[in-house]
Amino acid sequence: MEPMGKVLAINPEKCTGCRLCELVCSVYHDGVSNAARSRIKIIKWESEGRYIPTSCQQCQDAPCKIVCPVKAISRDEKLSRVMVDHNKCIGCRSCVAVCPFGAMGFNVIDHKNFKCDLCDGDPQCVRFCDMKAVDYVDADRMNLPKKRAAAERITAAQREAAALMSESH
Amino acid sequence: MALNRKIAIIDLTTGKIDIKPIPLDIRKKFIGGRGLDAYLLYNHTKKGCDPLGPDNTLMVSGGILTATLASATSRCHVMAKSPLGGMLGSANGGGFFTPELAWAGFHHLVFKGKAEKPVYVYVHNGKIEIRDAKNIWGKSVTDTQWAIREELQDEDVKSLVIGPAGEKMVRMANVMTGIKNSAGRTGMGAVMGSKNLKAIAARGTMDIKIAHPKEALEFNKRFIDQITSAKVNQTQGTLGTPFIWGATNSWGGIRTRNFQYNQMLYADEIEPEAIDENCLETMGPYHMAGCFGCQVHCRAKYKIATGPYAGTYDEGPEYTSQGGLSSEPDIPSLENLLVCNHLVDQWGVDNLEIGSVISWAFELYELGILTKKETDGLELKWGDAEVFQEVLRRVCFREGWLGNTLAEGGVIASEIIGKNSFDYLIQVKGVSNLHSDERATPGLALNIATASRGSDHLRSRPAIDLYHLPVDVLRKIYSSPVPYDGPLSSEHTEYIGKPWQVFWHENCYMGVDCLGICKYHTTFLGATLPNFEDWSKVLYYNTGLEMSPKDIWDVAERSNMMERLFNLREGLTRNDLKKGDMLNHRYFDEPTRRGAVDAVGKVIDREKFTKMVDEFYQYKGLDENGVPKPETLKRLGLEKEPSHLL
Repeated sequence: MEPMGKVLAINPEKCTGCRLCELVCSVYHDGVSNAARSRIKIIKWESEGRYIPTSCQQCQDAPCKIVCPVKAISRDEKLSRVMVDHNKCIGCRSCVAVCPFGAMGFNVIDHKNFKCDLCDGDPQCVRFCDMKAVDYVDADRMNLPKKRAAAERITAAQREAAALMSESH
Repeated sequence: MALNRKIAIIDLTTGKIDIKPIPLDIRKKFIGGRGLDAYLLYNHTKKGCDPLGPDNTLMVSGGILTATLASATSRCHVMAKSPLGGMLGSANGGGFFTPELAWAGFHHLVFKGKAEKPVYVYVHNGKIEIRDAKNIWGKSVTDTQWAIREELQDEDVKSLVIGPAGEKMVRMANVMTGIKNSAGRTGMGAVMGSKNLKAIAARGTMDIKIAHPKEALEFNKRFIDQITSAKVNQTQGTLGTPFIWGATNSWGGIRTRNFQYNQMLYADEIEPEAIDENCLETMGPYHMAGCFGCQVHCRAKYKIATGPYAGTYDEGPEYTSQGGLSSEPDIPSLENLLVCNHLVDQWGVDNLEIGSVISWAFELYELGILTKKETDGLELKWGDAEVFQEVLRRVCFREGWLGNTLAEGGVIASEIIGKNSFDYLIQVKGVSNLHSDERATPGLALNIATASRGSDHLRSRPAIDLYHLPVDVLRKIYSSPVPYDGPLSSEHTEYIGKPWQVFWHENCYMGVDCLGICKYHTTFLGATLPNFEDWSKVLYYNTGLEMSPKDIWDVAERSNMMERLFNLREGLTRNDLKKGDMLNHRYFDEPTRRGAVDAVGKVIDREKFTKMVDEFYQYKGLDENGVPKPETLKRLGLEKEPSHLL
């Protein structure tokens, strides 16, 4: 089996809450500016300064795919994404209801559901985010920054311990 | 598309709402935002109207590029006759309100009359509703916003609100959205309060068609690279606007003890690095917040670590908070700065104006012009944080003689206080200067003297003057989109060439204000940032409107003249200290006492200053009294104003 493709890696710590990702997402996909059409959305706790980008996780066992009564949702393994076939879709919104991340949207202007398609491999949210709060990385590398951060904590502790040891001698 | 965003004229007295399109020929003449607001103000107010009466008209607008792919298009413009000096009132803030307003179908809202009882206005997908504000009246800036969301049951509602200071018509009250974003200057919050208008809430899901989406995306990417590659923005995006604090202070450009010194001692205490070290860090290594679509993200997030406000979250403190709340009253205390920054944000008052006016009162107390009798027992001593915070509270809530008097703003307060108190007030056109000291920088002094909204840096300041750029670089910037072959000087202490620079920046800043873009994305603090040439393209890709760089320059010149016409109608005369293009005598008579070699011992030379104003007037097409010549009005197409086309 071919190795899995890239995934969106979200690092909320870096997000400045500017929502440019929402804007470029709607312009790229629909040719219009409208945050309500964006596949990515920044959820905010403004009074704490907390901003969390949310988008489709492109699940392996995607609940939207499982629940779809007409099999309009499928996985595209090449780009590691979950896709909707609007020729089959009947607009029942079961996928919207079942998605645990709220990542499946429903557009009241076009009466269609919509979700992140990773812009066919060149996600515009990533391209435009100067902080790289949203990044596009190989799935098996996604946890690397966290590994490194954890390792750094351990080395810091080790150094401290070493310093204490040398002091006591 | 952006061009089909509408204008609504809302009569709060009768409840009548008139919604109409903005005709294309008006767009081409004023573009939108501040330019169109200036047209509306001149056409919808009568000479001499009471700024806090029902006859004043309040404009709230986005720029033509609001919510499009032009980067940092969040700017919200608020205009009315100012209750501070009775001249042009105009304020500009960021955040997320105007994109929401544009998605809700509107670019311009015009408020007339006065509601019988407190109301707020809800704009939602093409509809406008005037709602009872009894449940939100009295609330702070942020509580108001959260209460509106609660009431409308929609967490995506964005509101532009006033705090308690605006409700009480404190004349330096501002208009705010989010935690920190403020349309701060010229007392627009007091005008909202006078109309019983507590807030404007917006929520929209309407498409704004982008004329050329592919090109807009690609151009925007280039635009962003240009913006993020500028060192000034990288620094600002890490430290916030206080990044210029240390340099400006050590050089000697910071007003301290009102206007006694041009440098603050112990200024390291309030440096952004100190803020980073001392604040409770809950946001990790990245602690900046951005306005809509902006890569500069200049707002720092902080939590106060010590004192009675420990644990309180806010954003900033920006450069102007450092000045108005620290250097002018000479309080080198980080906790005081963070607390006061929070208080002005919560009560809804302009940090520059209130800091400046309170510091003026401190000086009057030192001189014996104010005594304990007038201060209701307070000892107004430099550096006393507790007293400063107490006066701040009294002004915002109009408590006692002192609070009530200062709440009227400097000019009216000086008339109440009497004696020679006015001589010490650092203001132009009724609006206090920010905390910068311009005695060593003639170009900057010309800027604040002639700025349409009074003493302010964001109208025409040639800030890059301080970088000592080579003349050929200056020549490249300042001879486009209109030719200029006059003198230019790299020296910031010089007088030559400055009038043209101020004229150029006046048009540049009007340009961004019409488009709805932030000034950090143009030739303000960075010499390499976009201006007319780039705007022409970005306007075309997003809206389809074809305007050359020169066309945009013309719009800016016309809009600036519109503001001048308003000021002239309200009594602007060249050398009038309260309504003219004139500086306080201290700029000419009191030499600076601190700072670098080229900043110490400086005054503005009165004769050279007069010549600068003369030259500036020539560029603007004004006669020696500052009145536009008939041919100038004809050239700009303003000879028939007020024309009442909208």
